[in-house]
Amino acid sequence: MTLHMQITLDVNGERVDAQVLPRLNLADFLREHLQLTGTHVGCEHGVCGACTVRVDGEIVRSCLMLAVQTHNASVETIEGLSDSGEISDLQAAFRDRNALQCGFCTPGMLMAAQDLLRRHAEPDRERIREHLSGNYCRCTGYQAIIDAVETAARQRLGIKP
Amino acid sequence: MTAISANPDALSVLDRPNSYIGKAVPRPNLDRLMQGRGLYVSDMELPRMAHVVFLRSPHAHAKITAIDASAARRMKGVIAVVTGRELASVITPWVGVLTHLKGLKSAPQHAIAIDRVCWQGEAVAAVVAASRAVAEDAAEIVAVEYEELEAVTDMRTALDSGTPVIHPALGDNLAFERKLDAGAVDFAFASSDEVVEADFIFGRHTGVTLEPRAVVADWNVAEARLTIYQGTQAPHMVQNIAALHLGLREMQVRVVCKDVGGSFGIKVHIYADEMATYALSKLLRRPIKFVADRVESFNTDIHARDHCCRGRIGVKRDGTIVAFEIDDLTGIGPYSMYPRTSAIEANQVVNLVGGPYLTRNYRARTRVVFQNKNVMCQYRAVGHPVACSVTEGLVDLAAQKIGMDPVEIRRRNLIPDDGYPCASPSGLRFEQLSHHAAMRKLIKMMDYDGLRAEQAALRKNNIYRGIGIASFIEVTNPSAAFYGVGGARISSQDGVAVRLDAQGSVICQTSITEQGQGSESLTAQIVGSVLGVSMERVRVILGDTDNTPYGGGTWASRGAGIGGEAALQAAKVLRKNILDVAAAILQTSAAELDIADNAIVNDRDGSPRIDLNELSRIVYFRPDTLPPGIQPELMATRHFVPREYPFAFTNGVQASWLEVDADTGFVKLLRHWVVEDCGTIINPQLVDEQIRGGVVQGLGAALFEKCIYDERGQLTNANMADYLVPMSGEMPDIDVGHVVSPTLETELGAKGAGEAGTAGAAAAVANAVNDALRPFGAIITEIPLTPQVILTALGRI
Repeated sequence: MTLHMQITLDVNGERVDAQVLPRLNLADFLREHLQLTGTHVGCEHGVCGACTVRVDGEIVRSCLMLAVQTHNASVETIEGLSDSGEISDLQAAFRDRNALQCGFCTPGMLMAAQDLLRRHAEPDRERIREHLSGNYCRCTGYQAIIDAVETAARQRLGIKP
Repeated sequence: MTAISANPDALSVLDRPNSYIGKAVPRPNLDRLMQGRGLYVSDMELPRMAHVVFLRSPHAHAKITAIDASAARRMKGVIAVVTGRELASVITPWVGVLTHLKGLKSAPQHAIAIDRVCWQGEAVAAVVAASRAVAEDAAEIVAVEYEELEAVTDMRTALDSGTPVIHPALGDNLAFERKLDAGAVDFAFASSDEVVEADFIFGRHTGVTLEPRAVVADWNVAEARLTIYQGTQAPHMVQNIAALHLGLREMQVRVVCKDVGGSFGIKVHIYADEMATYALSKLLRRPIKFVADRVESFNTDIHARDHCCRGRIGVKRDGTIVAFEIDDLTGIGPYSMYPRTSAIEANQVVNLVGGPYLTRNYRARTRVVFQNKNVMCQYRAVGHPVACSVTEGLVDLAAQKIGMDPVEIRRRNLIPDDGYPCASPSGLRFEQLSHHAAMRKLIKMMDYDGLRAEQAALRKNNIYRGIGIASFIEVTNPSAAFYGVGGARISSQDGVAVRLDAQGSVICQTSITEQGQGSESLTAQIVGSVLGVSMERVRVILGDTDNTPYGGGTWASRGAGIGGEAALQAAKVLRKNILDVAAAILQTSAAELDIADNAIVNDRDGSPRIDLNELSRIVYFRPDTLPPGIQPELMATRHFVPREYPFAFTNGVQASWLEVDADTGFVKLLRHWVVEDCGTIINPQLVDEQIRGGVVQGLGAALFEKCIYDERGQLTNANMADYLVPMSGEMPDIDVGHVVSPTLETELGAKGAGEAGTAGAAAAVANAVNDALRPFGAIITEIPLTPQVILTALGRI
């Protein structure tokens, strides 16, 4: 319990070497050790989705994963997806539609939305609502988020809004 | 939009070319939040910062007989373990009362409990350590001995003679009582053709801000100054209260509020653990960080709406409502919350019941009682959902009794749109409402007749759909009548300072705050419009008591109406000052000039004369070239508070269309409509999103959200898996329409919009469920409308 473990991983394209306690979860590792505070902690028990990140291409709740489990893995956070430009169209759609208010859920929401759009090029509103149901938002009532994701999906297909 | 009383003269300063008013421009601060580059308090770290974890009572009511922290204090990384008695050396207790709520009483509350705990979750010791994980480890080995006391949990028996009195010095468990008797209620009921009565039950629920409450308190002993970084809606209120109880002057306390992860009224209060964090910083002379975890949030964030309300309505056969009567009861936990008190919600219920309607006959009583549960206080739309659900539930029951359509009975009783100004039986003054215009618009938007036909057709196939209508009024733009008159140092005025910087951009400091509503955007829109400056050249600073004018903040739907008007007036002064300087530079008169597109232009034809950038250069760096006697003032400050009306009431109507599965008791929301009137709309997109977000919080209360306590005062669902909040998959699309009746008290004409959605959503859903269940003869007047509640009403379980 008190013995640190050595991990090596890739975070947003940068190699990271760290000594961590086995009990440290990935969310706390990202926020407190790497100062990647765009990953938010809302419930710490895997329900709210605010801490959603990508590990080896799959979205995960970083509060439910231990940092040591990411040894040799590739982790992507909202900072990485923003800087690479991968979700700039989604972010623009969110901005134009005011699909965020306090913004606390937004990094996780964008992660989940991008995950959906990578799997389904043209999701209907029901599928968008379903896919984002693991990400709580207390401000917007969701409709603006659904609209923004729908808009981004259509734009990726070259469909005029 | 439907404008029913526009005042073009009063709006001329905003109705300019390139005006941002009425436009859906994006908020300026969104990129930061979308890229994970915001700064929430939970993200903050300061040099020498330590973390506090509170050890909390597992009992609802108990004596603390011993605390042994010796083992915890020896743990590596532990800095201190502090009890309530030790902390009392640096912070004084408080009593949550206000003088205008006559008779309201409460007991002294300490930052950390001393000798006794009064609810499950009350802090009994603070563990401060180098990391939160270490503090949590240490908290586990602090040994606290309790002697359990009988817990008062049921509000309905809290006043019985056999029930223990929680605070013996107060004499009983009654915190507050208010009675109102207007008109001739007994006569009205006697003359009614029908009288309908029902008990309305509201589940205790809470705000569930996605970022929990968080504070970093930094006492710098060398400066004798405390800096509090806190996600709060009211920085100056926090400054005042922290100074008061730590024995400091307000100038020794700075409150900084960066990004806030949701507020909804949860973060407009000051909690005991936050006070303890300020005090710990002073005691330990270093920055202390407190971030509630989710279980703590459920056990300590204020709860709301735990009301049982008996309602009566008298109606004539022609649909005329002749009287309303209510007897309301609410349990607020063991203390009245500080500093806004826990009597406001009940007081609002008394004020608001029957508010949209013509009848003058209204009798009300409310009683507010203590109990050993978490504290209750003001949460989004304070009192409105209770009052609206009771009123609109009764109106629907009356309509059903006399066989009248729910829309028709409202048409016959809503105050006519040309009947203003007027006052309600409880004394609320209405400047201009638009109930009928709103109803007409709603009926059209939802195709009421078409839905009724669809409903009838589907019933033949045993598909049970319902339509629910709820008219409402909403308190916005509160004056000093809300808190100030009761002795609270909670400002009802706000201030805005605007200045032209050395490159012709505008720096704007405002005392309203931002938690995502769009305060920054609406301020920039107003200032940019008045000044003729593009929005990207307006920078808005808020959330810092050192760097903004003094003011109330953002709560009670007041930011746009009050802070927006201050911004408008400040910008007007700066505009005049700029034009005076420009006239001196250009050797013309200010009346010949205007500002457009970041430049001084000829008023007559808009032709450019001098860029603001160039004007600023001359003023700041070559004032020697200005004519003698000219002293430019490129900064202006104005404050505003409503004086004419204590509150700017808004109104609206909501409709719900849903389907009830009579076999499972599940409710599927199909569509929701809102038409509301918040006066001048500064940014239609932001208003619509406030409405939608508010509606969904109301839908949560209607269907899912409830803090479930057992008889011993244990909160049994204090986590996000068991306490249900609305998810995207189960929420409907919400159509929003507007009627526009600007308040004439301000030049801006804006009223609030932040709580309208929450005010009426549950009432619309409850009425729709009853409408759907009509073939079964079941009537439900309880929320949340869980499958269990519905199947019980249907006699199926």
